[in-house]
Amino acid sequence: MKPYDSKPCRLLSAGELTPGIFDFTVSCPELAAMAVPGQFAQILVPGHTLRRPISICSIDKNSGTLRFVFQVRGAGTEGLSKFREGDTIELLAPLGKGFPIDPDKRTLLVGGGIGVPPLLGAAEALGGNAVAVLGFRNRELVILEEDFKSTGAKVLVATDDGSYGFHGLVTELGAGEDFQVLMACGPGPMLRGVKALAAERGAQGYLSLEQRMACGVGACLGCAVGLVDGEGREYFGHVCKDGPVFPMDMVREV
Amino acid sequence: MLNVNIAGVEFKNPIIAASGTFGFGREYAEMYPLSELGGISCKGTTLKERPGNPPPRVTETPGGMLNAVGLQNPGVEHFIKEDLPWLSRQGTRIIANVAGSAVSDYCKTAELLNGTPVDMVELNISCPNVKEGGVQFGVTAKGVEGITRAVRDCCKKPLMVKLSPNVTDITEMAIAAESGGADALSLINTLTGMRIDINSRRPIIRNNTGGLSGPAVLPVAIRMVWQVSGKVKLPIVGLGGISTWQDAVEMLLAGASAVQVGTAIFTDPYAPIKIRDGLQEFMEKNGVKSVSELTGGVKPW
Repeated sequence: MKPYDSKPCRLLSAGELTPGIFDFTVSCPELAAMAVPGQFAQILVPGHTLRRPISICSIDKNSGTLRFVFQVRGAGTEGLSKFREGDTIELLAPLGKGFPIDPDKRTLLVGGGIGVPPLLGAAEALGGNAVAVLGFRNRELVILEEDFKSTGAKVLVATDDGSYGFHGLVTELGAGEDFQVLMACGPGPMLRGVKALAAERGAQGYLSLEQRMACGVGACLGCAVGLVDGEGREYFGHVCKDGPVFPMDMVREV
Repeated sequence: MLNVNIAGVEFKNPIIAASGTFGFGREYAEMYPLSELGGISCKGTTLKERPGNPPPRVTETPGGMLNAVGLQNPGVEHFIKEDLPWLSRQGTRIIANVAGSAVSDYCKTAELLNGTPVDMVELNISCPNVKEGGVQFGVTAKGVEGITRAVRDCCKKPLMVKLSPNVTDITEMAIAAESGGADALSLINTLTGMRIDINSRRPIIRNNTGGLSGPAVLPVAIRMVWQVSGKVKLPIVGLGGISTWQDAVEMLLAGASAVQVGTAIFTDPYAPIKIRDGLQEFMEKNGVKSVSELTGGVKPW
């Protein structure tokens, strides 16, 4: 069986969660069957040379669907947001290395802004043995809170301006929790904070990273990321194939 | 009917994956057998391992993209030991793309490939993204002839020279490669380009500049292949922005004997196969018995 493939898929639902953040559910049984949380898809945008890498938000192997929640950030994601229910979209998926899920280990999921969606799949796979700490700029931008709650995870929300939930940083919220594993996706400063938190607790930490990308499969070497191997040797790995989820100790800088 | 012969090497079809877009074939072999392709031009390989440039290395542009990967590769010995044994069992022609920063490096690399199953060497003297990445040999006729002759003397494989479009007159470079003893030419490599983030005022590519590829460069590539084909007898492998079978036919008519497909693979991993099938159908419909009947078939005004 192919570990990933490019297929035309039917868009079952397309909505807008908050202004500029879109929520797609795509029917793709063969691709969903292979997917694990934290992986991503390269989605073809009509009129664009490069596909757009979008993380998988949730996987439903029974109904054969993948869910994608993405933010309009430029012309590509703008084009992507124009798709409507019933349209056919071309997915190259599932790509990369996802989160190593161990439901027996209490896992702290830390997401910031549009870094929140890929953690939902991890929360589902952890079957409730998780604490999700989700950070947003303000109340209007809060997404997926109910989805995380329905996985059975404990859910804590922080906002930068205090308009909803805890007024402060996700790392401050996370510091009050017990956990053995930490998984995070979000902006650089947040990732630096969670890396320090995981190190302080002696927890295994995993970071989901992004980079400008071309092929998505490890052939073009476009999406370089500075890594360090077990012997301390520095090298460029690639977000698409070596990640997007990396053990935090491998990542040179975030 | 699709088979072509380039410098004595028989390709089952004229569609070759372009260097730098296809790695050493493994990632795309997960989706389709590489035997579907006429050949693969492997990622640019140097004598010693190269780390490549810091990110960002790629960005989209209107009708294409910029890249400045910087020849990240594990070195020729790693290629021979780790990739070539597998690659040589895939039922496709293998073109080793060789880059370097000194003539002696090119020669040593080519010598190491002499006793291997590599079918052809593509001399990369046109990588625009590395200061000492070979382009210094590729932008003057003297440089092109000199390095071609030097590598010709140490290389036992058919030698194809990949030309840079970042020159005043590409036909001079083509003539120089022919004089230096090349067996074939491939053109064009990427055109040097640049994009700037208007908010940060930083170039989007960390290397500041990068190589432009994709559909936007097709007309430039067609023009250059046409000009070069009128000036040299060498077979030409045409590349630059080919993304449809119609583009491939156009490139053959301009004077190419085969084509390479690169950036289009990022848009659609199956592009090379779709281009091959479209070409075959076109030939059947038009009673074209062999690809060579199309080569140079343009009727200029």
